[in-house]
Amino acid sequence: MRKYLTKKAIIYLITFFFAVTIDWVIPRFMPGNPIHFLISRFATLPEAVKVIQSYFTQAFGLDKPLHEQYLNFWRALFRGDLGISIYLYPQPVAKVIARSLPYTLIVLLPAVLLSFAVGNRLGAFVAKKRKLDNFALPIFYTLTAAPYFWFGILLAWLLGVVFRLFPIAGAYSFAMTPSFSWRFIVNFLYHWVLPFSSLFLVMLGGWAIGMRNMIIYELEANYSRYLESLGASQSLIRRYAYRNAILPQVTGLAIQLGTVVAGSLTTEIVFSYPGIGYILMQGILNQDYFLIQGCFLFIILGVLIANFLIDIFYVIIDPRIRKSYTGEV
Amino acid sequence: MTRKEFAYFFLRNKKVIFAMCVLGFLTFLAVVGPYISPYKDPLAFVGLGYQPPSKQHWLGTNTFGQDIFTQLVHGLRTSLFVGLVGGSLATVIGLLIGFVAGYRGGWIDELLMMFTNILMVIPTLALLIIIAAYLPYRGIFIQSLIIGFTAWPWTARAVRAQALSLKTREFVDLARITARRPLKIIFGEIMPNMMSYVFMVFILQFGGAILAATGLDFIGLGPTRGMSLGIMLQQATLWNAIQLGMWWWAITPGAVITLIVATLYIMNTGLDEIFNPKLREM
Repeated sequence: MRKYLTKKAIIYLITFFFAVTIDWVIPRFMPGNPIHFLISRFATLPEAVKVIQSYFTQAFGLDKPLHEQYLNFWRALFRGDLGISIYLYPQPVAKVIARSLPYTLIVLLPAVLLSFAVGNRLGAFVAKKRKLDNFALPIFYTLTAAPYFWFGILLAWLLGVVFRLFPIAGAYSFAMTPSFSWRFIVNFLYHWVLPFSSLFLVMLGGWAIGMRNMIIYELEANYSRYLESLGASQSLIRRYAYRNAILPQVTGLAIQLGTVVAGSLTTEIVFSYPGIGYILMQGILNQDYFLIQGCFLFIILGVLIANFLIDIFYVIIDPRIRKSYTGEV
Repeated sequence: MTRKEFAYFFLRNKKVIFAMCVLGFLTFLAVVGPYISPYKDPLAFVGLGYQPPSKQHWLGTNTFGQDIFTQLVHGLRTSLFVGLVGGSLATVIGLLIGFVAGYRGGWIDELLMMFTNILMVIPTLALLIIIAAYLPYRGIFIQSLIIGFTAWPWTARAVRAQALSLKTREFVDLARITARRPLKIIFGEIMPNMMSYVFMVFILQFGGAILAATGLDFIGLGPTRGMSLGIMLQQATLWNAIQLGMWWWAITPGAVITLIVATLYIMNTGLDEIFNPKLREM
């Protein structure tokens, strides 16, 4: 088991190294030289060009040899220095990201975990029930085919504008300041409902379809047939099928993480929810490259940590992996 | 499966027929739409702003008085193009890398899979953002290329698994014993058995490329010139179309994307039933 996790951890470390290198390479070696392009936008102001040129030379360390630039990039990273944001000048990028991160997590985590739990149950429930299946499957397919943010727009329009049930912008009312009072928490949850539900519902469809297909497959397997011939009850057979079908679903969760994170980033934009996605879009619209690069690194770091947690979870629920690496099988 | 058998099940599968009809209609709309629309340029200001659907403007106008239907059919063209080019590219790269890794094995396999696993963990959208953000001028074609070059890892892994299981089958061993040339074995024995699978992978990649492009457009990294469904959604959000209740601007483009992708998924399930006798509802 330890061997398995060490192997995974090494892959993730290499991935992180790779990601940081991409983050360093792209602004420097992209065709068309983006830094020159940035400077050229100020060409009408010769005085500004000089200032900006020296700023970028210093910020990117362009006056030093390449290998030194690369090492400096790593050194700065370990100090937690991701540069200064241009859009929110003069705040450091690391601080801007740290402030938005909780908002992203508080929507993303419950949505992922709950949709995984509920979606799997739903999928297992409808599998092999002809009528229910024919009714539920198109709904699941529509949900999973919708772009996350479009589903957010749909909910915002239906529940926010047509029926006026929920607020559709921000994480709390403008008149409030964050505090641990009941009034604030209620207000916060009220704003949280729509972004959460749009993520939750789109993901739900995907998990339900995956589970339905897996259960159908498992119910055809020899062990299910054998149990059936022994006269075991349907619910017992289904319980065994579920335990086997959940394993590929957990692997699927790891594979889907990237898409899910991307979905939550775009959904934040729809609801002006002040998480990573929202500031990332501001960074893009304002050509704030340090902010974009910082967000990139943070997203990847988050996905890597989540992947590792899923690996640990997988070892816990699948005894075969645990045993195969300790040589008991 | 013989060709006749395939045609038999193909023409009797409701899911596939339904999907073909919807996709056929959408393709038709994308090709003919720009010609039947009364307005030529999707960016031209052709009427009053804030107009709901009417006879002059079939799907209404946006805040600036641009025609939504015209934008929609042009955007549909872009989406299908990105799906086709990006999806094909991702399928081909994934097929090549996965096949070589699975068939050759050894250190080539180790190396390719290491690279695949690394790219697989990095979220595609994050990678797309960092690349697209530094491209000052972006066209639809470039966008398709970036999507194609970043979306292949899961395909490579799936194809590798297929190649691994196929290369140890008896009929392949038999071909090897009879001293058939490796290339003949690959294209004569193994590939035909993978084609159905590869086709289904392509359908998923097609839908995935469309979704990825929509996400990029929405976040502000779409084509710098031209129109796409994602750009329409981005503008609608930036100009508060939801708050103003302009559903024809904020909802319609996404509904079309959802329709495309859902149809592709349904087609995939249908094809699965055709190729995999166990799943047939007969």
